[in-house]
Amino acid sequence: MPDQDEVPVLEITGLRLSYYTRAGEIPAVMDFDLKIAKGESVGLVGESGCGKSTVANGIMRYMGNNGGIVGGTIKFKGRDMAEMSAEEVRRIRGNDIAMIYQEPMASLNPSLTIGVQLMEVPMNHEGVDEEEAFKRSFDILIAVHIPDPKRLMDSYPHQISGGQQQRVVIAMALLSKPALLLLDEPTTALDVTVEAGIVELIAELSKQTGTSLLYISHNLGLMLEVCDRICVMYSGEVVEEGRIDSIFSSPTHPYTHGLFGCIPQPHANKNARPLSAIRGQLPLPHQRPKGCYFGPRCDFFEPGRCDQELIPMDFVDADDDPAHRVRCTRWDEIDPKAFVSADVAEAREVIPVGETVLEVDNMRKYYEVKDSSFAAMFTGGGNVQQVKANDSISFRAGEGETVAIVGESGCGKSTFAKVLMGLETATDGEVRLSGTDLGSIAVGDRTPAQLASLQMVFQNPNDTLNPSHTIGYQIGRVIKRFGIESDPAKIQERVYQLLDTVKLPRAFATHKPRQLSGGQKQRIGIARAFAGNPKTVIADEPISALDVSVAAAVTELLMDIQREHRTTLVFISHDLAAVRYLADRVVVMYLGRVMERGSTDEVFAPPYHPYTEALLSAVPIADPQVTKRRIVLTGNLPSPLNPPKGCPFSTRCPRSLGRLCDEQAPPVQLAADRHAIACHIPLEELRKVEPVFSTPNWDLGAAD
Amino acid sequence: MTEETTDLPIVPPDSMLTNMLKAIGLLRESPVGMAGGLIVLMFVVLAIFAPILAPFDPNAPTLPFAFPGTASPDGGVFLLGTDHLGRDILSRIIWGGQRVLFYATAATVSAYIIGILMGLAAGYFRGYQDEIISFFANVILSFPIMVLYVLIIAKVGSSGLNIVFAVVFASSPGVMRIVRGVTMDIATRDYIAAAKTRGEGSWYIMLVEILPNARGPLIVDFCLRMGYTTITIGALGFLGLGLPPPDPDWGGMITETRSYMTGGFAYMAIFPACAVSLLVLGFNLLADGLREVSLRD
Amino acid sequence: MPQMILRRIGMMVLIMLVVGLLLFMINEGDPRLIARSVLGPYAQDGQLDAWIMQHGYDRSMFIRYFEWVARVVSGDLGDSIIYKRPTSEIFWPRLANTGILAGVTFVIMVIIALTLGVLAGMKEGSPQDRIISVISIATTSIPEYASAVVLAGIFVFWLGWLPGTSSMTSGFNVVELILPVMVLTLYGFGYIARMTRASMAEVMTTPYIRTAILKGLPYRHIIMKHALRNALIAPFTVIMLQINWLLSGVVVTEFAFGYKGFGALLLEAALRRDIFVIEACGLAAVFVAVFTQTIGDIGYTYLNPRIRFK
Repeated sequence: MPDQDEVPVLEITGLRLSYYTRAGEIPAVMDFDLKIAKGESVGLVGESGCGKSTVANGIMRYMGNNGGIVGGTIKFKGRDMAEMSAEEVRRIRGNDIAMIYQEPMASLNPSLTIGVQLMEVPMNHEGVDEEEAFKRSFDILIAVHIPDPKRLMDSYPHQISGGQQQRVVIAMALLSKPALLLLDEPTTALDVTVEAGIVELIAELSKQTGTSLLYISHNLGLMLEVCDRICVMYSGEVVEEGRIDSIFSSPTHPYTHGLFGCIPQPHANKNARPLSAIRGQLPLPHQRPKGCYFGPRCDFFEPGRCDQELIPMDFVDADDDPAHRVRCTRWDEIDPKAFVSADVAEAREVIPVGETVLEVDNMRKYYEVKDSSFAAMFTGGGNVQQVKANDSISFRAGEGETVAIVGESGCGKSTFAKVLMGLETATDGEVRLSGTDLGSIAVGDRTPAQLASLQMVFQNPNDTLNPSHTIGYQIGRVIKRFGIESDPAKIQERVYQLLDTVKLPRAFATHKPRQLSGGQKQRIGIARAFAGNPKTVIADEPISALDVSVAAAVTELLMDIQREHRTTLVFISHDLAAVRYLADRVVVMYLGRVMERGSTDEVFAPPYHPYTEALLSAVPIADPQVTKRRIVLTGNLPSPLNPPKGCPFSTRCPRSLGRLCDEQAPPVQLAADRHAIACHIPLEELRKVEPVFSTPNWDLGAAD
Repeated sequence: MTEETTDLPIVPPDSMLTNMLKAIGLLRESPVGMAGGLIVLMFVVLAIFAPILAPFDPNAPTLPFAFPGTASPDGGVFLLGTDHLGRDILSRIIWGGQRVLFYATAATVSAYIIGILMGLAAGYFRGYQDEIISFFANVILSFPIMVLYVLIIAKVGSSGLNIVFAVVFASSPGVMRIVRGVTMDIATRDYIAAAKTRGEGSWYIMLVEILPNARGPLIVDFCLRMGYTTITIGALGFLGLGLPPPDPDWGGMITETRSYMTGGFAYMAIFPACAVSLLVLGFNLLADGLREVSLRD
Repeated sequence: MPQMILRRIGMMVLIMLVVGLLLFMINEGDPRLIARSVLGPYAQDGQLDAWIMQHGYDRSMFIRYFEWVARVVSGDLGDSIIYKRPTSEIFWPRLANTGILAGVTFVIMVIIALTLGVLAGMKEGSPQDRIISVISIATTSIPEYASAVVLAGIFVFWLGWLPGTSSMTSGFNVVELILPVMVLTLYGFGYIARMTRASMAEVMTTPYIRTAILKGLPYRHIIMKHALRNALIAPFTVIMLQINWLLSGVVVTEFAFGYKGFGALLLEAALRRDIFVIEACGLAAVFVAVFTQTIGDIGYTYLNPRIRFK
């Protein structure tokens, strides 16, 4: 427990930060208070644009050319940083306060070796000689569990994996034993299994060194694993703060509560307990409403009270946390039960799965990586290497069924989507849609009916629509191409209907994509995919680029339309929480191969494939009642150009049987009728494995 | 189901006209770009209304070696003086500007049409199409450009059409490279995949889905290339490979009058030199302003 | 890495062969034209035919092309029609003169451009940035033939400080080099400076510079050690490509000042159809351009560790 008497490491009062644009001053952070004691770790959570990163930059006094500290004080160990000279600030940076950033690759200098970049920290701050600096850098690399630190010191950043890069950045930050460490979304760019290792490392090191942490993230689940206290931010303000257990057990602000409602937690279920999204969207900084910024999106908004003056923070007496505060005028009037009723939005009927629509049978997609350039023909270059992007993929999906393809980056899930869509053709095997093999038919050779029956929702909202054309043109073009309508008036009518379906105003038909928000663009993407009444829709990470509250709304919309049209949905994702929430069946992929497939319940309970087990364990769960078994994978993802000889997971598998796994491809074992696990370990052994999650009253079968 | 969009302000749709007005409006925020635009506009107006605005016949000999400001025997003033043959320099600059702008525009637009088609094909189809197109572009781009012009013009002779031909030949590979790069980038976007999955043909995708999104860098490059073509046409004239006399040509004017600089008649060569530089400056500033504006939003 | 160098060199040879073929086709494609330019306008048809037979020009063009390649590689560039001497006797001294002019210009231009570019890009949007940017746009707008006239007007005819021609009639004279170098530098430095500025400005906004700043490193150290190394990679290629442009400028500048370099030689040969000299000059120009580009490409990969250690 932090010592209350000591001078806090960081004390911020009434901080106001602004950016100056052509439109004038735009406040980014307002009325911000924060106190961090020695050894304490505080989380700053919120959606994009809420000002959480700006706070970190403000503490570092690094606001760029167009930003500035407008008001308030930041005291570091009791000293006001505004009174320090530029030279003093420089000496504090990287020495007393260090920072870790989101993109490890981008934050390391590409043309200097890692050794140089590490050594210059003690050499600059403490004036030590090269030998001493080398020794310290070497030691710190060992402390962040990097194998072969000597070789790493001579490496350039691009030569090591993302997880190792982030370990290097952490090492760099810890070299001078800072009193305060700022972490700005340090794991967002990493895969879940890598993220789990980094989070564990951060927690371990901060305990060892007594460094205070300010941990910035959009992920409430991660907060639970790292932080003692959290501040929830919304549109530049802290709306609620307190001890982590207090916030999780008694969220008081409607926004905090709304956030929890948007996260697909273990108890959520698409039929019995659907997500309840927050309506509307984050106000733009120069369009913030008067009074409570959350007002327009709040179910408890009361005109005359919530839209008047700036609302101060108020103490909440909850869970013996004297410091639990909330920025809401009506917090003590709102009945916590009112949240609950909103929470359990109408339960939905379970859609029965119809006959098989999509059948993938032993599909393979190999790429040949070779140098086929004109020049190489003359100079005799050109080694041919084979990349098995997809190897022996098989599964079936019925009408109205949702099949999730899960895996980390490089597992081949996007290649699979391309083959389904005909953007690539399969090397071998079949992809049958209603009995016709489409795997070998490239997109250009498919009939309009075939094209219409298989459509896709893309990942990146900013990429999914052509910026040069209006929304109406882009949807109308699909209708015309698929021969659904040809009369312009009827096309227009159909466009309007589709806009209604995705709950967007008809006026959007004349808009260009840049006038829309990310969530709205994804809705248009959904409308476009459903324009030809497809039998099957492939959704490639459709919500991964969206903020939680918006993602929940888009997820629900997709589910609703699917339910209505009885569409088969192939949902490609790296997000196991979302998958568990909405999928009926799950296919787990690793390095181009299926590791495990089965119904959602089967995959999320033992027997697990060891990879599934590790993946499940890595998912941060925003529910303190859930306890999970920790499995942290070591090693890096092997290169697809040079995959392991036997089981692809053998190099990282905590349950590896040794040579057998290393040298022979694993057999596919059937644990149940359609529950297959590709593993050498006998099923009986796998059945004995404890579940990863355990909760006192977690009812998976809530659907019935 | 909640809705994400209820209270959004409805923004009016863009028409082509409002887009153009907006571009000009944005340009106003870049004083440099605005200055460039005004310079170019001035030359365009001079070119269009040359018959009205030019005070004298550009080829008629009147009073040789008249200094700037000298009154003409037939009334009027030689504002920029006359050359060694007694032709009014201002009128020759105005008429010369018309020819430069005409040939530069014709050449650059033609180079753009070819360069865009080649670049789209190379960047979109990749593979052997790209190998072949890029190889020949590389061959052409290996020539120092003025060497290439000298070789071509010496071979085919100097005429307006041949100059256009030479410029198209020499600069379409450059356009092709830019378009190819932008196309390769845009071709990876999801909306291109979406167009493929609704069965669009290759040229529809290239011309309707890709090209409009490449317009930003292309417009900037177009302005720069107009400036460069202006320089080239002048250089050819200067080297004696330009438009056939007696019609005025800025580069030719400099060469013809250069030998009189010793006698204190430097203005004869300096005025056309200034005209060339000013027009090129206009194009360059315009390009810079457009780039600045397009990067901002 | 070695494979990449090999491939680049292979590409260079291939381009030279194709360029050679183009030059050969343009100049020696039609044997009668060669005979006509060698024998002069008054030669009879019979004389032309006899010359063609005698010199083997009646054979297929491709056979002649390969022979030509073999001769050029062995250093035999044919005889100049105008000078009635082996082309190499005229050509190499001229090329050396151009080498002096281009070399001096190149060094001065690069030093000025890099310095200004880095100064401007260090603080994007500052007054020093704006001034340098405007200057570099303005100077790139003045073509060589315009600045030649204007600078001559000032330094030769008004101030009388410098000679107006650079024909070096009384031996090599550095003073005569000043105006051509000024003209070439003035037009050329702006482009490199602007590229350097853009590269530097981009580097200054990268996360790794933020890392360096927030590590508490001194500003000087950040610029010298972290920024410059990355910021100068992109301009390096630009600088190498600039040699191609410099050769273009050389043609105009040599003509403007009567400097006896290869550009003036090319122009003279082109106007008087001295085919072997045209071929020699064309080949030399392309070789220098392609060679520097190849060096640029190889250098780029060497400078960029992301490619070097792949």
